[in-house]
Order: sequence, then structure tokens, then C-alpha cells
Amino acid sequence: MNMILHRFLAAFGQYLMLMGKVFSLPERWRMFLKQYVKEMSQLGVDSIGIVLLISFFIGAVICIQIKLNIQSPWMPTFTTGYTTREIMLLEFSSSIMCLILSGKVGSNIASEIGTMRVTQQIDALEIMGINSASFLILPKILGLLTMIPFLVIFSIAFGFIGAYATAFMGVITVDDLTLGLLHDFNQWYVWMSIIKSLFFAFIIASVSSFYGYTVEGGSFDVGKASTNAVVRSSMLILFADIFLTQLLS
Amino acid sequence: MIELKHLYKSFEDKEVLHDINAVFEEGKTNLIIGQSGSGKTVLMKNIVGLLTPTSGQVLYDGRDFVQMNKREQVLIRREMGMIFQSAALFDSMSVLENVMFPLDMFSDKNQADRERRARFCLERVNLKGAENKLPGEISGGMQKRVAIARAIALNPKYLFCDEPNSGLDPKTSLVIDDLIHDITTEYSMTTIINTHDMNSVMGIGENIIYIYQGQKEWQGSKDQIMGSTNERLNSFIFASDLFRKVKEANENA
Repeated sequence: MNMILHRFLAAFGQYLMLMGKVFSLPERWRMFLKQYVKEMSQLGVDSIGIVLLISFFIGAVICIQIKLNIQSPWMPTFTTGYTTREIMLLEFSSSIMCLILSGKVGSNIASEIGTMRVTQQIDALEIMGINSASFLILPKILGLLTMIPFLVIFSIAFGFIGAYATAFMGVITVDDLTLGLLHDFNQWYVWMSIIKSLFFAFIIASVSSFYGYTVEGGSFDVGKASTNAVVRSSMLILFADIFLTQLLS
Repeated sequence: MIELKHLYKSFEDKEVLHDINAVFEEGKTNLIIGQSGSGKTVLMKNIVGLLTPTSGQVLYDGRDFVQMNKREQVLIRREMGMIFQSAALFDSMSVLENVMFPLDMFSDKNQADRERRARFCLERVNLKGAENKLPGEISGGMQKRVAIARAIALNPKYLFCDEPNSGLDPKTSLVIDDLIHDITTEYSMTTIINTHDMNSVMGIGENIIYIYQGQKEWQGSKDQIMGSTNERLNSFIFASDLFRKVKEANENA
């Protein structure tokens, strides 16, 4: 137990020290902006496809499941649309979507930085007198933080489109669904979803970068770091979700 | 000129470098040789600041790198160029972008001038025409030449090469050696090369330091090395059949 605690504290200390190095002013703004735009594209724009696809199908499936398992003649007709909206807004489009992204984006970040470490590209940056942590990690964190609200909004929208698609399959009427989606709408839930996703985006980018940056060894270790990055950032997202939900509700 | 004074390096209880004293002269190709595991790479990392010595001094033209604050170290680093064993090119960037990278980071010249300088460096290492290729699309020898071009882009005062011939065929190794030697003389740089390639030693070794189990065992030039009476050095040099035969031939002649 002591050993585990010691290892956790050592890793956490290392993480804090790395973040201290990351959050410093860029040496050359021109290069920083170039990296920032590249990361927004690589981490955000390249993730739009998978976010839309998953959100569409999950929106549709939630609608079908609610209709089949909860909707009954004794319940109002808007129940299915209302529940679908609440699930999409409160949990799916922020927490679950970020869990999915931690797999895609997290492994991408950890393996990219880890490979740079084992092939001495990070040493090459250091030799040139560049703060490699800030140069590599800061644009990733800021890039993902910039793109995540858009991904959340796209996810919500495509979840609803998925739900409407079930109306064309005859599961629910368009009127009932629309009534449910609009019933007792609380705008704060959208903001809550975005705020939560910002925290999760920071966790994904910083934790994955940490595991990539601290790799020692070869390709096997890069693979291990990539797995660790996904597992640890997913766990942290789940923990943070409990606190954020409590705090923001 | 780079000078090492009483340099020690330990990892926990294990002493890897012991009281290294050496002078690496300007405009010369200085070689650090030794068997694998002798401490060459640790020594190089201590010189360039990737590791901090346990004690001792690393003097860059009289300025002690170890005692400098971060800001001063960064300024010295901008006078360094380094060629890594694996070339360490940024694989998401093209050849031209790799060479332009240090210029983009530190030069105040405009885009056109920076590009002109990068193209000149690529021409200098005979890589004209490869500008738009990615590192993964070119051979190991070409990657090393791109690394040399990148290292000299900012006209460094100090050039470090960690086993630049590793993984290359003998002919390409000669090309790389000659290139490093020519550039060193041309720009009057202080060049330090880490190697265990005896062809490099005999080709460009103007000042050679032999490291044995973390200690400086011998220092001299390529002309002196064949006649050395140091047993440990001789067992290292004449481990290869070729060099044993060369020595025998010399003795017979």
C-alpha cells in the first residue's frame, strides 16, 4: 500500500513539475501559433467524424431504448424526447464523448510525444535551447481546449439528429420527440456540459502528454505509455465527473 | 574551445565518469573513442548539458556551463549544433522544414532569407532536390546529412556528433566523416565526435581521447595512435583484423 502511495505521489510530483515547465511563455509566437493551429486540426477537426458518428447512433439508440422500456400509456408523450435530451446534455456529450476521445486523442498524443522521446527528437529540441515541454505540450492542451466546446455542441446536435432518425423508422412521432426535446429546457445544462468538457480536455491532453514525455526505453515502452495514458486519463475523467457534476448541478 | 576539468558523474552509487580532464580545440575534429559502455555517451551528454555532472567544470571558451543559470545555458545552447546517432529529424516535417526549424525559432531574418539559408545548407551537404521529402522517405545516410545541415543552419560555434556513422555502410561513413571535417575547418568550429569507428579515427581524428571504464586513458592524434604503447588502447584498436594486419604490414615495412 505504501509502495503504491509512494509511486502515485512521485508520479503526481513529476506531473506538476512538467506542467510548471509547460506553462511558460512561448519562445517564438510565430512557431507557437503554427503548432497551435496544427494541433487544433489534428486533435479537434480530425475527431469530428468519430464524434458525429457515435453521437448520431447513441442518440438514436437512447431514443429507441427509452421508448421501448420506459414509455408507457400512463406517461406523458414527451418522456422519450425529454429523457433523450437530458442524457445527451448531462452525460453523453461531455463525459462519455470525452472518454471516447481519451482513447483516440490520448493515445495519439502519448505515442507521438513518446516516439519523439525515444528517437531523441526531444533531446534535439533541448540542445537547441528550446523548452521542449512547452513547445510540444502547450499547443496540444490549448488546441484541445479550444476545440472541445465545438465537439460537445456537434455531439449534442448529432445526438438529436439520431433521435429524429428513429422517428422516420416509426419508433416515435416527430411531434412527440420535438415536444420532449423542448420540454422544460434548462440552458445551464448546455453550459455545464461545455464546462465539464473543458476540464476533461485538460485531463486528456496533459495526462497523455505526461506519459509520452516521460517514456524511457523503446517502442514497447511507447506502447505501454500510450495504454497508461488512456487508462489513467479515463479514470481521472470519471473521478472528475463525480465532483464536477456535484459542483455544477 | 571546450575544456573539461575534473569531471565526475555518478548515477546513485555507480560512478560512470572519473576525473576527466580534456581540452577540445577550435577548428579541429576532436574524437572521443572507447568501447560500448565505457562512458562516451554519458560524457557527451554532460558536455552538452543533457546531464549535469556530479562535480567538475565544463568550460565553453572559459564560461562554466555547469554554474550558469538556465537563461545563460540557453544562450550557449544556441551556439551548439548536434548530430544524433539516430539523426533525430522531426518526422512530421519535410527535409527543408527540418533545416529551417532552428532558423524559424531563433533567426530574425525574413521567411525568404531563412529559406535561402536552409537551401544553402542542404546544398552544402549535397542534398539539393530532397527538400520536399519526409525523413522516412530518405536513406540513413541522407538523414545524417540533413541532420548536419540542420546543425549548421545557425552557424554554431560548437558541433557535437554522437556516433554519426552508426548504421551506415563504410562508403557513406566516409562521406559523413569528410563532411563533418570540412565543415569544422570551414567554419572554425569546435567539433566533438563520439565514435568507436576506427575508420573515422584514422580518417579525421585530429585530437583523440580514449575513454576506458569512465576514465581518460589516452590522448593524442591519429598519427600517434598506431604507435601507442598503451595496452588498453591497443587492445581496442587492434580488435579488428584489418587494423592488426595494417600494423603488421607497417612493422614489416
